[in-house]
Amino acid sequence: MQHHDSQDDGIRTVILRCEQSEPRRMPKVTYIEHNGKEHTVDVPEGWSVMEGAVKNLIPGIDADCGGACACATCHVFVDAKFEAKIPPKSDMEETMLDFAPEIQPNSRLSCQIKVTPELDGLVVRMPQSQH
Amino acid sequence: MNVAVGSLEQARNDAWSLPLEKIDPANADRFQNDTIWPYFERLRREDPVHYTADSAYGPYWSVTRWNDIMAVDTNHEVFSSADGIVLSTLESIAENEKIRGPRDRNAGGFISMDPPHHGPKRKTVTPVVAPDNLARMAPQVRERAGIILDSLPIGQEFDWVDKVSKELTAMTLATLFDFPFEDRRKLTYWSDMFTNAPGHGPAKSWLHKKEAADECFGAFAHLWNQRVNAEPSFDMISMLAHSPATRNMDPREYQGHVVLLIIGGNDTTRNTISGSLYALNKYPEQYAKLRANPGLITSMVSETIRWQTPLAHMRRTALRDFELGGKQIKEGDKVVMWYVSGNRDESMIADPNAYLIDRERPRQHLSFGFGIHRCVGNRVAELQLQIIWEEIVKRFPDIRVVGEPTRTHSSFVKGYETLPVVIPARN
Repeated sequence: MQHHDSQDDGIRTVILRCEQSEPRRMPKVTYIEHNGKEHTVDVPEGWSVMEGAVKNLIPGIDADCGGACACATCHVFVDAKFEAKIPPKSDMEETMLDFAPEIQPNSRLSCQIKVTPELDGLVVRMPQSQH
Repeated sequence: MNVAVGSLEQARNDAWSLPLEKIDPANADRFQNDTIWPYFERLRREDPVHYTADSAYGPYWSVTRWNDIMAVDTNHEVFSSADGIVLSTLESIAENEKIRGPRDRNAGGFISMDPPHHGPKRKTVTPVVAPDNLARMAPQVRERAGIILDSLPIGQEFDWVDKVSKELTAMTLATLFDFPFEDRRKLTYWSDMFTNAPGHGPAKSWLHKKEAADECFGAFAHLWNQRVNAEPSFDMISMLAHSPATRNMDPREYQGHVVLLIIGGNDTTRNTISGSLYALNKYPEQYAKLRANPGLITSMVSETIRWQTPLAHMRRTALRDFELGGKQIKEGDKVVMWYVSGNRDESMIADPNAYLIDRERPRQHLSFGFGIHRCVGNRVAELQLQIIWEEIVKRFPDIRVVGEPTRTHSSFVKGYETLPVVIPARN
């Protein structure tokens, strides 16, 4: 819980900073591998969460289809606090996830999550493996 | 060797001089003699959504570029699988109808179904190929790979397809079905009888094919009856027999699933295992890289799956008129996605004809398909390839291909019937 609180503070700080001064910094995304290893990186606005992982060489996201919502190999679990800030799944995302293993209510395909300032501090966890 | 080179040159001349409308890329002869490449090269460049009006397969569209293939594969609302996913010859369709009556829509295995039929049936078997079960299977696959490799002759020519590729994949498939282990090579035989036209592979005639299919379906009806009366167990037949989505299937639909799982479960992996050894011999500098760094096995496996493309195509049927790449596809038209061509699309894959085991993005390939019908067993395939190569490099410094392989006569199964090799020595 400590972790979450400090992140809330982090978000508030960012919002304040964004309101007060330029330049805005890039949103941060934390990727947590299935083995618990964390990677926090800056991801430019407009990139997908999948691109943020692949382009930073973070293991655990394969993204075989390159971001076309057509394979489910960029499956992540989205931290509860951010679920509501991400637009709902398309029918195709819903269908592709439906065929993937280890599905949870907070499962998403990370190629379908566009990074926005509201998602600064986003935390996503990876499944055991991508299928 | 000269003959092969000569015929590829001939093919190059033909491919670039024929009037476009005469190009019929599904001609299985060109797959068997490995001269299909220039035809796809020309189509990608000059006519990426191509119509063949007249062929042994009847009229059909060929989609040859990566992006167009992706557009078809991810649009299951327009491009239906319910009328079959293989481009079959008119003769084969007629012969099958003679034996089994007209084919019903959505009546094959789940790969030949559209939503809403497709999903629940596909999901019946996915637990078998999910990560937990793969982790359980891995030590067994490794043990079997070791036994197979340790039994190979040293310094003596043998057929890699028969002794290794077929053997390992038949063992795995027998386990996935909980099929009698000692009869596992029947699975391989039935698969070859399903996929080959008379006169090719083991198939002598349509009647011969029918006899093999009847034998196969009889054996699997027996397994179903066994499983349905037993407690549910963790194999695909038991799952089909007990799952609410599949337990009331009629026999023909069950047979469709059997065909799908037999072909999908062994042919593809078998031909990629053979393809990996063939490719590493054709490109010895790549074999040297692998030897020096066995950590490259994972990316070599993906690169081989791209380079080999063990299923050359998947077919769809348009449910309504649709414009693709400036062409008007009409309702009812057959549309073939040539994965084998998309995997060589230079606009998507750098230096696509090269076999490079350390490519930057080796998993970027079309061989598993994309969208709702994406290969369900892709990780079982990769697991077997990964393990067999880990065990190979432990044991043998070199395995030499000592002659050209014989290739499958098919524009669907892109594989090898034989691959002569010699293992000079053990480590």
